[in-house]
Amino acid sequence: MSSGPITSGKDPRFERTLYRYVGQPGCWTLDFYLAHGGYQAIRKAIQQGQDWVIEEVKKSGLRGRGGAGFPTGLKWSFMPKNTGKQHYIVCNADESEPGSFKDRYLMEDDPHQLIEGMMIAGVAIQASKGYIYIRGEYRRAYDRLVAAIREAYAQGYLGQNVMGTGFSFDLYVHRGAGAYICGEETALMNSLEGLRANPRMKPPFPAQAGLWGMPTTINNVESLCSVVHIVERGADWFASMGTEKSKGHKLFQVSGPFKRPGVYELPLGTTFRELLFDWAGGPTEPIQAIIPGGSSCPPLPWTEEILDTPMDYEAISAKGSLLGTGGVIGIPASMSMVDAMWNVTRFYGHESCGKCTPCREGVSGWMVSLFEKIGTGQGQKGDVELLEDMLDQIEGRSFCALADAACWPVRGSLKHFRQQFVDLVENGKPVERAGSRWG
Amino acid sequence: MGFFDDKQDWLREVFAQYPDTPQGRRAALMPMLRRVQQDEGWISPERQEEIASILGTTATEVAGVMSFYSYYQALPTGRYHIQVCATLSCAIGGADELWDELVQELGILRGEVTPDGLFSIQKVECLGSCHTAPVVQINDEPYVECVTKARLHALLQGLREGKRLEEIVLPGKAGHVVHNRGEEVGA
Repeated sequence: MSSGPITSGKDPRFERTLYRYVGQPGCWTLDFYLAHGGYQAIRKAIQQGQDWVIEEVKKSGLRGRGGAGFPTGLKWSFMPKNTGKQHYIVCNADESEPGSFKDRYLMEDDPHQLIEGMMIAGVAIQASKGYIYIRGEYRRAYDRLVAAIREAYAQGYLGQNVMGTGFSFDLYVHRGAGAYICGEETALMNSLEGLRANPRMKPPFPAQAGLWGMPTTINNVESLCSVVHIVERGADWFASMGTEKSKGHKLFQVSGPFKRPGVYELPLGTTFRELLFDWAGGPTEPIQAIIPGGSSCPPLPWTEEILDTPMDYEAISAKGSLLGTGGVIGIPASMSMVDAMWNVTRFYGHESCGKCTPCREGVSGWMVSLFEKIGTGQGQKGDVELLEDMLDQIEGRSFCALADAACWPVRGSLKHFRQQFVDLVENGKPVERAGSRWG
Repeated sequence: MGFFDDKQDWLREVFAQYPDTPQGRRAALMPMLRRVQQDEGWISPERQEEIASILGTTATEVAGVMSFYSYYQALPTGRYHIQVCATLSCAIGGADELWDELVQELGILRGEVTPDGLFSIQKVECLGSCHTAPVVQINDEPYVECVTKARLHALLQGLREGKRLEEIVLPGKAGHVVHNRGEEVGA
């Protein structure tokens, strides 16, 4: 336990960093942040310079925490240098993947950590301006961020020549208004520009032509906050946690019928069992499946084998699902998987932007209609095959990843829980909704 | 009188957040829509026209953006617009039953307002508070979390009495600020 990489939250060498102050009184103020060593990492980043920051983040192995897992340092290295243009760093705080709610508390309870992370990213990509695109519903997080930014300006931590270092950085918060697709980075940029949030064609990639046509990098809240600690404590510290290709720590989220649902900061490579039993207290009723990383990830059956799977990018992918945002949803045995997938499909159908045909007609139209048919007991023989055929026609053929995200959970459910679909269709029965948890 | 006539300082502040170009000014569209929505409860065709003329675009463009997002309302809403999260974790926690209770209690459906002008309701997609399901949001206020039947009725009662959201005492272990871990809620 004492040598080798840290892959358990119970390892005595593991300490919480991202969430260490979450929940403490007054933790969102500048005074609190400064009293706990805040705004030191940005000084170091400015002193060491752009190339050092990018190298250090590359060395740390940090991968984007928004769901896709793209290496953050590599993403930064795509930005052109010395273009003479305005570069932008944009924080993706849209957090709209069902099952995910980790970024919310980072912004509510430690907004200065995010501000500092954005400034460090600003150093790395020569951006003197940043935007935080926050989902419109996060009112408390918005209020705290705006207050924190105001404090930071007033005391010289933002604006011209921050802390007398010669580095200048302006930061703004832009509120969304309820649209899942805004988490897709090019759709997010359109939304920020006041347009309908349809995704843009890539290339050009944001690093070449992003926000208002300028070189832009978009990073998730948790990624940017992680960078603060990587700069402060070094890449080796970060890489001492996690598995071979999945380094560092991550915020995992638990929802569904568990004793202590919530956010848990743990090293990558921690098992589902540790998260769900040791930290979340175990299920409060029989569970049949877990969705490992937000609703777009294929559900996995509740088995000993899955529970013992380490939560890292590779191990979960080997089991046929994805780490995603780390948002674990437990689906109770008393809820039909068809019902659960009906809900998820309706979600993606509602959130499709309507730009491309496979997603607009396929997900919003065909898939939703078929689930309504099966779910209300009007299923006919052949409907399960028809559903599979739809998935084949939609997956991989849409403009952005939203349609794929709609297909993966359904495909995963058909793989592990096909019989539940077949039973409904063959018996022509509606999904049962017995045993409400509401009261 | 236009809605933004007496809000010129506010507008200047918003424009200052974006580049001083026609494209940059366009970015003020979402903040402007939100401001109207917050103050008037919906965004009437007249307001859409007004926003369009300030930004140098057309009312159709404004309506196009508006209709893309769930928050902006094209029909008048009640003083308290109740948004019920309906996505998976909340559905597991009883969002459908909660919705049915609201429909029964208030006697309205989506798009309608109670005769006293107090309430309107809307099902929305994932609000990002899955661990405190089911979750409800009133207007643009912070969430009401772990909304059990008792908490829902206390909430409606408090609003009817004209209390501010944070003044309403909700039964159960949790107050309004529910922690990042649901343990304190016992939900």
